[in-house]
Amino acid sequence: MSATLLTVSYLAAAILFILSLGGLSSPESSRRGNFMGMAGMVLAVLATVAGPHVSPAAYPWIVGALAVGAAIGLYAARVVKMTQMPELVALMHSLVGLAAVLIGYANYIDPAATAHFEGAERTIHELEIYVGVLIGAVTFSGSLIAFGKLSAKITGRPVLIPGRHWINLAGLLVVIWFGGGFVHADSIPAGMTPLFVMTAIALAFGVHMVMAIGGADMPVVISMLNSYSGWAAAATGFMLSNDLLIVTGALVGSSGAILSYIMCRAMNRNFISVIAGGFGTGGASPAASGTAAPAGEVHAISATETAELLRNAQNVVMVPGYGMAVAQAQHAVYEITRLLRDRGVNVRFAIHPVAGRMPGHMNVLLAEAKVPYDIVLEMDEINADFPDTDVAMVIGANDIVNPAAQEDPSSPIAGMPVLEVWKAKTSIVMKRSMASGYAGVDNPLFYKDNNRMLFGDAKKMLDEVLAALKA
Amino acid sequence: MSQLIGVPRETAAGEKRVATVPEVVEKLTKLGFRVAVQSGAGEAANFSDDAYRAAGAEIVSRVWDQADIVFKVRAPTLEEVALMHEGQTLVSFLWPAQNPDLLQALAAKKTTVLAMDSVPRISRAQKLDALSSMANIAGYRAVIEAAHAFGRFFTGQITAAGKVPPAKVFVIGAGVAGLAAIGAASGLGAIVRANDTRPEVADQVKSMGAEFVGVDYQEEGAGVGGYARVMSEGFQKAQREVFAKQAKDADIIITTALIPGKPAPKLITADMVKSMKPGSVIVDLAAEQGGNCELTEPGQLVVKHGVTIIGYTDLPSRLARQSSTLYATNLLRLTEELCKTKDGQILVDMDDEVIRGTTVVKDGTITWPPPPPKLSAAPPKPAAKPTALPTKGHGEPKAPASARATTIVFLAGAILFWFIGAYAPAAFLAHFTVFVLACFVGYMVIWNVTPALHTPLMSVTNAISSIIAVGALVQVAPFEPLTAGVQRPTAWIIGLAVASIALVGINMFGGFAVTQRMLQMFRK
Repeated sequence: MSATLLTVSYLAAAILFILSLGGLSSPESSRRGNFMGMAGMVLAVLATVAGPHVSPAAYPWIVGALAVGAAIGLYAARVVKMTQMPELVALMHSLVGLAAVLIGYANYIDPAATAHFEGAERTIHELEIYVGVLIGAVTFSGSLIAFGKLSAKITGRPVLIPGRHWINLAGLLVVIWFGGGFVHADSIPAGMTPLFVMTAIALAFGVHMVMAIGGADMPVVISMLNSYSGWAAAATGFMLSNDLLIVTGALVGSSGAILSYIMCRAMNRNFISVIAGGFGTGGASPAASGTAAPAGEVHAISATETAELLRNAQNVVMVPGYGMAVAQAQHAVYEITRLLRDRGVNVRFAIHPVAGRMPGHMNVLLAEAKVPYDIVLEMDEINADFPDTDVAMVIGANDIVNPAAQEDPSSPIAGMPVLEVWKAKTSIVMKRSMASGYAGVDNPLFYKDNNRMLFGDAKKMLDEVLAALKA
Repeated sequence: MSQLIGVPRETAAGEKRVATVPEVVEKLTKLGFRVAVQSGAGEAANFSDDAYRAAGAEIVSRVWDQADIVFKVRAPTLEEVALMHEGQTLVSFLWPAQNPDLLQALAAKKTTVLAMDSVPRISRAQKLDALSSMANIAGYRAVIEAAHAFGRFFTGQITAAGKVPPAKVFVIGAGVAGLAAIGAASGLGAIVRANDTRPEVADQVKSMGAEFVGVDYQEEGAGVGGYARVMSEGFQKAQREVFAKQAKDADIIITTALIPGKPAPKLITADMVKSMKPGSVIVDLAAEQGGNCELTEPGQLVVKHGVTIIGYTDLPSRLARQSSTLYATNLLRLTEELCKTKDGQILVDMDDEVIRGTTVVKDGTITWPPPPPKLSAAPPKPAAKPTALPTKGHGEPKAPASARATTIVFLAGAILFWFIGAYAPAAFLAHFTVFVLACFVGYMVIWNVTPALHTPLMSVTNAISSIIAVGALVQVAPFEPLTAGVQRPTAWIIGLAVASIALVGINMFGGFAVTQRMLQMFRK
């Protein structure tokens, strides 16, 4: 395959990727979008392998490596539970990051790759390697920590080192200083030291950065790391003068960044302050946070009474949260929904943009349970309907239905848009205990007069409600 | 020493309500208070002295002298005020706007007064909103009174003895009382229509089973705190036309239109009453404030032009047991707010928005009217909501980028571009162009994605980032001729590159497969 043919193939692959991302913007075209992505990837890999840069000597290696990767990847994709999706995505980001680091190193120690660069071009090339490895390393370690936080292997609370901004700044300065040393290194062995030091700092920075971000902000972090893995690919593209890598990397990078921004906006949070970390520091001591600390009694309710309420309702809104994901209750939720809809009750779902641990997490779970997506509504679409709602069922959500965001200006989540379930005639909150949510803020909703608490594991309680409804 | 809550017998003629009920006495005792009820206070509402005694209250003959806190329903008379002493707290309906003399008298006695009609209309205070409790009862009772005076069935029937048409009920003002009336009337089987100056309540009206009759005139009718306000002349004219039309058609009109602190608007004119069918009924819930109908006589049932006009001002009192129970519960909620420590001592905390609004006299100082509520119970328009929200700390809503910020961004961009253009080699620039354009494409493509697809999108972009494999592919065994004399550490490079390919392979196959799995679940 000639070089020009390769370029055209790359162009076609880039177009396929753009169409793939575009297709993912609506449910109807999403599956086609995914196929476009696959086609683009197959085309890119085949064209590269057949192209002028890969000799047949490499084929066994490539086929072997891809087979191993494919086996692991497909296995993981098949066995992962939908609730563990965020963790899986985070873990996969880390692989891309690690690959970027390895490719950078391989490129640096390969004299053939740098031989034809002179002067400014050589400097730029080395800078590209340096930056590529840097981003790759941050992505790698950051994603691993995000994975740990999401799978609860590491504490979800923000871990804040005193003077962390100064530590980061110092790290950055050291990285820049070694960058100078790296570019001016006479030989490849001489350049290895700065490269290693920088990699170590970048790894530490990735760990530090994500550790400082609270669990409530993990959706933003995942999306941001997604963006980083794109930038790492783009940097690699510069390094190898490969336009396909640049285009695709930039696509992934900018789309990830935009997605993080959209999410921050949904939470009414400043993007910079999320990245700088530390959200939830005020919320760590909830008792001290609110002038209007909620007081009063909560009204508990049984599963049978819940069923009674649902049976007599005209309009029901389900508000799922992370608790539903944890309890794997989505199927029970759907069973109840179907039963009620068959009886003519208007059941709809209200999804807060940051419900769960990943954007769209709830939609995926509900889709898994076969809930038709046209009754699954966004916050803005349904918030106005709560006053006409007879029963709002909150299934394992907390912060996203916290009226303190609107009523208590001193609350750490003040100003965050929330689902106004307390405006429904009755709200039922399903929860395991009275513990506070991920943001660590107490919830006045529980003490409202029209609120009922249904304590217990979401799945178990919903099964009981279902049984009572069928009876 | 815990404080003593005293509940006197209501002295107003015909008032059957009482400010506490045995059930609530128990709960007040749990908060640490002692409760003294005047003998016979609950009699008219069917609560005997024995029932109060059983619930833990003391039955006394004189309440005013010993009580630290007095719970009442109606505003006290000046004679009752004379019985009060310094430092005493009174909780009752008061209507401070209509009773300035009473307010002065209470202040002169150096008392603290909480007016249940001044509870701010914010979400947190709903549980102590006695006006809503009473309005709810009044609305229900209005329908019952109307049914009593109306000579026909409400529901349409076809019987062996002939066809009975359903009654047509027109409700003016869809506040709590109006909605309760709509509910009760449609529950009895009538055809119910309703009108309100606030268009946003149309949905509430529909949800109660009535038809909303709008006035075709563009004006926003919601005032502060979700109450109605005075409308313009043009609107009123249009409104009168609608009402005149409805009056000809309706069998029963229930009016509930009130504007806080103002006499009730005259909505039903004498001519409209004349145009109604003989035997029709008007229930005027605004009678106490002068009435919505020109012919209403407050407190009386009158028949004019063949139309029964009911102007009772004691509708809640006519359901004494129910209204006493609800009112007592509202007072209990207020007491809970006043006594957060549950030690039988009240604390009138003027920093608490709810307490501040409710308190009209504090230790002899008149504190009415309160500052305007910070948060409207029903924001006039959704768009106005963000401005009503106090914003502090993290969540400051972003203002659109100012012209200055935009200029700075563009300047910085220009300098950066100039720098790159001046120093970067041509080969780099070509890649750079591609890079920047691709960034914009990514931005444009993603911007409109529906939130439901965020996870699959992220998953697919993650899979696409596997394109980095291309970088590793070209490293394994390239064709490029080696420069003479340079050794290529082939083993290392192959090791690194193959490891990269395997790692990325996991992501590539896993990513697409998992996205596919997710997307297969989306269905209509």
